[in-house]
Amino acid sequence: MIHVLVNNWQVFLSGFFNTVLCSILALFFSLVIGSGFAIMETFQNKFLSGFARAYIELFRNIPLLVITMFFYVVFPQYFFTISGFAAGTIGLTLYTSSFIAETVRAGIQSIDIGQMEGARSNGLTYWQAMKNIILPQAFVLVIPPLGNQFVNLIKNSSVLAFVAGFDLMYQGDSLASQTFDTINTYLVVGVLYLIITLPLSYYMKHLENKLS
Amino acid sequence: MSMIKFKNVEKYYGEYHALNNINLEVNKGEVVVVLGPSGSGKSTLIRTINGLEDFSSGQLVVNGFDLADKKTDINKIRKDVGMVFQHFNLYDNKTVLENIMLAPRLVLKRDEKENKETALEFLDMVGLKDKINAKPSQLSGGQKQRVAIARSLAMKPKVMLFDEPTSALDPEMIDDVLNVMKKIAQTTDMTMVVVTHEMGFAREVADRVVFIDQGTIIEDDTAEEFYNNPKEERARKFLSKIIVHK
Repeated sequence: MIHVLVNNWQVFLSGFFNTVLCSILALFFSLVIGSGFAIMETFQNKFLSGFARAYIELFRNIPLLVITMFFYVVFPQYFFTISGFAAGTIGLTLYTSSFIAETVRAGIQSIDIGQMEGARSNGLTYWQAMKNIILPQAFVLVIPPLGNQFVNLIKNSSVLAFVAGFDLMYQGDSLASQTFDTINTYLVVGVLYLIITLPLSYYMKHLENKLS
Repeated sequence: MSMIKFKNVEKYYGEYHALNNINLEVNKGEVVVVLGPSGSGKSTLIRTINGLEDFSSGQLVVNGFDLADKKTDINKIRKDVGMVFQHFNLYDNKTVLENIMLAPRLVLKRDEKENKETALEFLDMVGLKDKINAKPSQLSGGQKQRVAIARSLAMKPKVMLFDEPTSALDPEMIDDVLNVMKKIAQTTDMTMVVVTHEMGFAREVADRVVFIDQGTIIEDDTAEEFYNNPKEERARKFLSKIIVHK
């Protein structure tokens, strides 16, 4: 296993780098987009909450690979060509954002209505109350399920391998087909994924303990 | 001078008639106690005053603002109308001091030093100056309610609404909260609307008692007159029940 890594470290490193980069981008944007749709879903306005609901159901119920292929193959036919890395990252972001939206929405709705009423009657606007009172409490509550979503996101970034995104999985695949040393190659790939996911899991656990 | 004025206010929840032709005027500095059986509409009534509940028709003017007018900015009304809830509704993620300082900072843009001084002043008034760094979860019910009162007072409102402020408290905590409320009633010119069954409080500080049943105001009288000579049968029945339990 070690010799595979030593002989091909540059290939693994570039794959590792792309996986980390894709994960960070997708994590950031899916958290922002997901939280946005979560808030929108709690609106009184039926049109806006319905729109959020539709978005969430759409991307939550289509396979990640289909969303990604859409951006890689269909999108360029009507607009412009994008790289496999971009297509995969966009697909992963939209897909994960729908799960994060569901998680955050559940968090928001589990906060007692009195918190919002207290803040509003105290003179705060809806958004001031959301930002200062509701969301901070909702996020603390959903740290454990959010951690699961983050770990899933990192593992799901392997979808990049299907669209030539040059991630860890892609590099593993191509090495395995060149060297035929499949066992050792995929072992290295697995360990490299663990190097990203395990610290994240531990960090989320730590955050959970610290904030509760 | 009229601070709160209901004129022919109606409210329906679907078929249910929650407020039935409410006409009520509360003048500046007046202390009005609202009481009535459970489900009578007393909470709905007080919650319409700061727009936590809307109403179906009629007119409601609070501090010069017309609540029926969709163009009225509800936040402008709430700036001058404080509210204390049965279940306190303190910000669970903030310390006691932050609970009090948040709204003056965000809404009134009060200078930070002055904000802290004001917060400490009101915490002192409710007797909880030593709890500034506590979280709400570390306080007893009575302490939470006194912090909630300080939080509302720190906005320096013209009107204070109390929605069953002692109903969720253990008996030995009730007096602490009532004493603070009495102090506000007796030492300031605050307009107060208080939903409560505490007769002692009503007799001591209320200018008027409003009795409401099935969404209708049945009696509107001085506290002495109401407790000694209730005019309506429903009010008499209600009083006999709450007095027996005392």
